[in-house]
Amino acid sequence: MKHTLSILVNNHPGVMSHVSGLFTRRGYNIDSIAVGVTDNQEVSSMTIVLNGDDFVVGQVKNQLLKLPDVLKVQDMAYASSVQRELVLVSFSINESNRSEALTICNGFDVKILEMTEDSLLIEFSGNSRQVTNIIAVLKPFGIREISRTGQIAIAYRNQNAV
Amino acid sequence: MTSTTEAITGGRLMVELLEEAGVEIVFGYPGGAILPFYDELYHSKKIKHILVRHEQGAIHMAEGYARSTGKLGVCIATSGPGATNLITGLTDAKMDSVPILAITGQVATDAIGTDAFQEADIFGITIPITKYNALIKRADDLARHFEEAIKIAMGGRPGPVLLDFPKDVQLGKTTVRKASSLKIAPHHYERPKVKGDPQEFADALNQAKRPLLYVGGGAINSFASAEIKALAEKANAPVTTTLMGLGAFPGTHPLSVGMLGMHGTAYANKAVLECDYILNLGARFDDRVAKYQDFAPNAVRAHVDIDAAEFNKRINVDHILHGDLKDAIREILPFVKGGDRATWIENIQNLKKNHPLDFDNSGDTIKPQDFLNRVYTKTKGEAIVSTDVGQHQMWAAQYYLFDKPNTWLTSGGLGTMGYGLPAAIGAKFGNPDKTVICVTGDGSFQMCIQELATIAQSKLGVKILLFNNNFLGMVRQWQELFYEERFSESQWTYNPNFVKLAEAYDIPAMRIEKKSDIDKGVEFFLKDSGSALIEVMIPAEEKVFPMIPAGKSQQDLIEFKDLGKLKK
Repeated sequence: MKHTLSILVNNHPGVMSHVSGLFTRRGYNIDSIAVGVTDNQEVSSMTIVLNGDDFVVGQVKNQLLKLPDVLKVQDMAYASSVQRELVLVSFSINESNRSEALTICNGFDVKILEMTEDSLLIEFSGNSRQVTNIIAVLKPFGIREISRTGQIAIAYRNQNAV
Repeated sequence: MTSTTEAITGGRLMVELLEEAGVEIVFGYPGGAILPFYDELYHSKKIKHILVRHEQGAIHMAEGYARSTGKLGVCIATSGPGATNLITGLTDAKMDSVPILAITGQVATDAIGTDAFQEADIFGITIPITKYNALIKRADDLARHFEEAIKIAMGGRPGPVLLDFPKDVQLGKTTVRKASSLKIAPHHYERPKVKGDPQEFADALNQAKRPLLYVGGGAINSFASAEIKALAEKANAPVTTTLMGLGAFPGTHPLSVGMLGMHGTAYANKAVLECDYILNLGARFDDRVAKYQDFAPNAVRAHVDIDAAEFNKRINVDHILHGDLKDAIREILPFVKGGDRATWIENIQNLKKNHPLDFDNSGDTIKPQDFLNRVYTKTKGEAIVSTDVGQHQMWAAQYYLFDKPNTWLTSGGLGTMGYGLPAAIGAKFGNPDKTVICVTGDGSFQMCIQELATIAQSKLGVKILLFNNNFLGMVRQWQELFYEERFSESQWTYNPNFVKLAEAYDIPAMRIEKKSDIDKGVEFFLKDSGSALIEVMIPAEEKVFPMIPAGKSQQDLIEFKDLGKLKK
């Protein structure tokens, strides 16, 4: 089962290595990892998506909390948090399928960043399932390049309204 | 930040901070990138520096010092190869939770990342094998990092920390001499408040008819021996210890059932099978002790540990108390009732009688078990014993009864050959008035043998008990029992003349080969406070029993008397 961990860490060099190294040496696989500084310059937020049962995730949490640079670890339940990732896709188009491509983009709330004679560069954000879907839909056009950020997440303030 | 007017160099500050932390002895080896620090150390009147022959020796000495004194162990190395030679010791200290501060030199900050001479990314290399590490880039950050590192090394579940100091940081001037604020959270170094319900915890023990206490290395680290003894006596519960926990509970106490696990006593392992309640005090359900989820199959399981990540890591438990062991037991004790457990105690006594530690002492060869028994008697059990890794380690664990904590130094988690000699040296520096014995084998001894020079140079009274069977004994034992006697590369077809070798380092030495020479050997070896080496020739086919074969559980224990069955 996929779990999303939101981790607050001290923002200084080497912390990322400490965290990712912990996953490596304990044999846990990271599906995605996204890091950015918070409003406090001293603190960064990491979102790590990993696959594992409750035992594995419990172990990961406990081991993470042992690292002096880890300030907080939160396991994000899917239903009670917003989860997003951003993807940039460049794909091929031609005269005959250009309007079909544009229709898809409109339908999916996709932002078009660049259009050339034979290509489209688009930006899309959504949860991981939606991002995977849009990539699948665009694949038949011929994908030239993809860049995904990995998932970020934040818990809803109201945890009762599920 | 607190400042003084006078700026001093980073190297000077490093020495002053060590002095302020109460560090009296450091083990190290100088080199280019750490020279500014060494130049300042030259002037220190409070810190004694022990010059080793290899950095691995330095860190194992720091470990032996730390484990025998309960203080912080400090070792110093230069950049690159000096630093990488600390790797084994850092891993060892991480596995066995030993508080170590490793100080390494690093190339100057402007050379970092350029593949400079003697540059290694020791910060990156040691991330997985330290409790904490840091590369200090400014002299102004030095004080804060020092305080953080020492607090982390000593606090909570202890462990090794490494601080990497570029040469220009050691030379740079700073006025910041004290850390005004720590970046690390207090729970990483303060003694945490005990979490859990001590009364509920004690109730489960009170209800048990056949309780067993299972004591690990955490008991040594939290100085909880007196509390454990009080608990065992009040509850009238037998006590078994792990390899790391030897000495945390007196091995001579009537309630002691000795060590459990792969080479533990038959009665301890049988007690685990029969008990209806097992209380883990600062052990980690290590795989050499608790192989499967069916560990202590008939028992309610309870666990006290300072490291929350150890709960339910390998073995699921029913009751948890999180916190320092000493504090936790103090909280449990008032709720503990002294039950009538006469039947259980009698049962244990019968197990001891019917399944004793055993070996065949007929014939004229010297049996290591016999020799260790004699050493135990002669030293009245009061020596500090370090070991290397292998058969001799297990024989020492079985036949030298440890009554006091911090007297048993062995590489438990990592199983580091080469640990014993330097650990004994470190222990002797920490305990100059005690007899310190390094029990080693001909294989292990040769891994850090160069530290004989450190003994000679300091005129240190370390006793070396070398069991020589011209084999890697434990490897041979496994090959004999599980690999149809194919002794692939386990025999030493060449060994040096160990007696002459010791004498080359001005260490009196003697070899004995016959049982009739044992008394003479023991006498020679322990006659005065000086160093000595006794080489005891033992039969290559001598084995460690009992034994639980790798991958098997307590039910599959093989005793000495079962050997015949096993060979068929």
